Amino acid sequence: MLSLTDVCKGYATSEGRVAVLDGVSLSLAAGETLALTGESGSGKSTLLHLCAGLDAPDSGRIEVAGRPMGRSDAERAALRRGTVGLVFQQFNLIPSLDVAANLAFQARLAGRLDPRWLADLVAALDLDPLMARYPEELSGGQQQRVAIGRTLAVRPALVLADEPTGNLDEASGDRVMALMLRLVAETGTALLMVTHSPRLAAALDRRVHLRGGRLTC
Amino acid sequence: MLTGLSALLSHWARHRVQAALLLIGLALATALWTGVQAINAEARASYDRAASALSQDRLPRLVAGRITLADYVALRRAGWPVSPVIEGEATIGGHPLRLIGIEPLTLPPGAAAAGDPGDFLTGGVILSAEPLDDPRARRADLPLGTALTDIGVAAGLLGPDISYLLLTEDRAPPPGYALIHPSTTDLSQLTESFHLNLAAFGYLAFGVGLFIVHSAIGLAFEQRRAMFRTLRALGLSARALTGLLLAELLVFALVAGAAGVALGWLIAAALLPDVAATLRGLYGAGVGSELTLRPVWWLSGLGIAVLGMLASAGQSLWRLWRLPPLTPAQPRAWARESARAMRGQALAGALLLGGAAGLLAVPGLWPGFGVLAGLLLGGAALLPMLMAWLTRVGQRLSRGPVAQWFWADTRQQLPGLSLALMALLLALAANIGVGTMVGSFRSTFTAWIDQRLAADLYVEAADEADAARLLDWLGPGATALPMIRTTDGGTEVVGMVDHPLFRRAWPLLRALPDPWARLDAGDVFVNEQMALRRGLSPGDRVEQGVVAGIYADYGNPMPQVILSFDRHRALYPLPVLRYALITDIPAAAIRAAFPRLVVEDRAAIRRASVAVFERTFAVTAALNVLTLGVAALAMFASLLTLSALRLPQIAPVWAMGLGRGRLAQLEFLRTLALAALVCGLALPLGLALAWVLLAVVNVEAFGWRLPMLLFPGDWLRLGMLSLLAAGLAAALPVRRLARMAPGALLKVFAHER
Repeated sequence: MLSLTDVCKGYATSEGRVAVLDGVSLSLAAGETLALTGESGSGKSTLLHLCAGLDAPDSGRIEVAGRPMGRSDAERAALRRGTVGLVFQQFNLIPSLDVAANLAFQARLAGRLDPRWLADLVAALDLDPLMARYPEELSGGQQQRVAIGRTLAVRPALVLADEPTGNLDEASGDRVMALMLRLVAETGTALLMVTHSPRLAAALDRRVHLRGGRLTC
Repeated sequence: MLTGLSALLSHWARHRVQAALLLIGLALATALWTGVQAINAEARASYDRAASALSQDRLPRLVAGRITLADYVALRRAGWPVSPVIEGEATIGGHPLRLIGIEPLTLPPGAAAAGDPGDFLTGGVILSAEPLDDPRARRADLPLGTALTDIGVAAGLLGPDISYLLLTEDRAPPPGYALIHPSTTDLSQLTESFHLNLAAFGYLAFGVGLFIVHSAIGLAFEQRRAMFRTLRALGLSARALTGLLLAELLVFALVAGAAGVALGWLIAAALLPDVAATLRGLYGAGVGSELTLRPVWWLSGLGIAVLGMLASAGQSLWRLWRLPPLTPAQPRAWARESARAMRGQALAGALLLGGAAGLLAVPGLWPGFGVLAGLLLGGAALLPMLMAWLTRVGQRLSRGPVAQWFWADTRQQLPGLSLALMALLLALAANIGVGTMVGSFRSTFTAWIDQRLAADLYVEAADEADAARLLDWLGPGATALPMIRTTDGGTEVVGMVDHPLFRRAWPLLRALPDPWARLDAGDVFVNEQMALRRGLSPGDRVEQGVVAGIYADYGNPMPQVILSFDRHRALYPLPVLRYALITDIPAAAIRAAFPRLVVEDRAAIRRASVAVFERTFAVTAALNVLTLGVAALAMFASLLTLSALRLPQIAPVWAMGLGRGRLAQLEFLRTLALAALVCGLALPLGLALAWVLLAVVNVEAFGWRLPMLLFPGDWLRLGMLSLLAAGLAAALPVRRLARMAPGALLKVFAHER
């Protein structure tokens, strides 16, 4: 489902170019869940962003769902609309739309809205009473449930999650995590999740650690 | 303290465009205000000069068909307290002037003109405001275009006949003479509405400019909220922090104020010649076309800049004063607070509109301007609420997710953009309102003047002998209709013969049955402005007789009464020098035969009248364009500053698969959609303004009521212009978004930690 081969990425700073990823190779099968851990600044988010096509690698090859990552902004945007789903730490709901519109937004954007599936998701995530509310009227846990629902509504082949429970207390985080893992398992979606928590990482099929721009197991 | 100040100022070093916009906004606002003030101050100084220097204009006059030196001597010997004046047009030192020759010894005390009477007697001095190339000339504080001299010098230049006698005591005229009362209105009263109009535009432009300042300051305060919190936490008191910010704002205000005053001077210098020509053409007021640098003017310019800055920053400073030291930084708190205020603002807007409607019942010019202000401010205050409603309708009507997000996100941005949109609404409504008023006036005026100028030629003889020779020369093939006019007690009194030509040229707005026969029988016609000012209707009585009809008299600020020619001659035994001619003889032939005769054809008079009209509104048009320019700049300032705050809203949508190019297109489209919605809302507001200008302000200011005509072509042009301005304003922020490196958008997610 996801394959990275010898991916390098660096950034120019006032002190010269700093390599963040230095020949990273990784593969993730359909339905598999993988935890990506590492210290702050180790390049976890950069790796996730490259997988999502939000940024382009300096060198190396990335394939998603058996197809190489496009070079153009439009090709990568098309990938994000349908194949890849993103869950952020800060939820990143669209503040101007209510919960119902937020949930359906990405699926409608991809032209893949399935009302029955969406209704199932709403029920599974217990969002029914919140549908008419706006993001600012929701708690952190509620917002993250909406963000997960929005991502899964499009039935992506791969979900990329960046510290999805980082802004939640432990109990809420556990509830959200359990829900996401259940839905991912039910739909056969692959999951790559960045986390600091060894406890959360242990709940996933595999775990890799990023240090000095390279992956270790 | 200095450390704190350097920390505060470091913001501007990193946000130079914001600093530039703040300075430009305040400088433009100050420039338009001070420019108008400079023009008004120059004109008022001219009126004061005219009022103080020519006080003999305030004495009653005795007139007759011809007054000789012998007539004057006879009256003096009979004990009449009269003083002779010879007045006429003369060219001295290359300048065409109104030359007034007075007799200093018989002029009553207090009516003496500028200068020492001794000068007149000994040196034959000619006093004038302009430098004249003549050895007798000397500069004096006189109205422009006027020269004052001893009656002997005037007799040498204009001929020996006395033009009129000043009567220094109020008594009945001697036999053979008519008494003409001085005008009770002076130039400053007559031109008040014109200057009020200019001042209103100055304040409107100033207000629109302040929207930019308020927007830039609000954003700068919001962006520095975290810094304020840190400075407070590090021990800087709220008082010290507010003091430092006040000092910072004061420096900005003085720099922008100085630039604004300089720019205002240039604007005033550019507009003054048109204003001077208008005042001369419309009111006969001599106003110089050179500006004088008055300390009061530039000091008040700096003062208004400081006041404007404090008014714009007041809300932000108050919030800062109340900010607890550990309040979390909330980058969108400013917008959210504005959104909460929307409802209260809409209520205030509705109250202002209600107040404006109530003021319609109060007569007078100032209530008229109050209605205009209420309409403009009320409309602007209601705008955010209306825009929010329209975007909600747009969201409801759209089907696709992008379209729905587009409208919802537009609504989300309204608090941040509302000030710029309000500025645009004010500028557009003022343009539509003034444009409709000027267009209606232009159409009515040109149709009216075409009707009024019915004769082929209009001639004016230097004296009655010349006039008589002309009539002989013309022969029976031409019809010469005498025209006679005098001013008595501030009212123009016209003598008119009953002729089909004049019946056609003077259509009556309202009249008693058979009005022309009534005029012959001793009734009078009055112009619309006199009827409105004095509340006259046909059948009412004025000093000269019963009002038989009321006629339109556009462009004339004076009340006017028409009598039959014979009655006029009986009341005012003046020489008849002007004639309207119905003839095939070309003007050039008459000019060749009578070189001293002033001959004008219909087309020339029409051209001159229309030119006066166009000049009258040239300044208004220029201020209109400048105000629209300031509004476009306000929009640019808001879009540019908001574009930095937009990233957290745009980045998630981009992450979900909407490319930067598409997002940039949508941002551009959003700006155009907002401008189009504002245009749509500005139209009814502008038309309401036009109606108030035509039906209330014009009637009160000038005394004429005009039909309101609509000019959809102009609205379309203005709409396209505002879309172009909005497009230009959006171009830079949109280009930035389209070319934004993914890294900049990724920072939004990176900042989450």
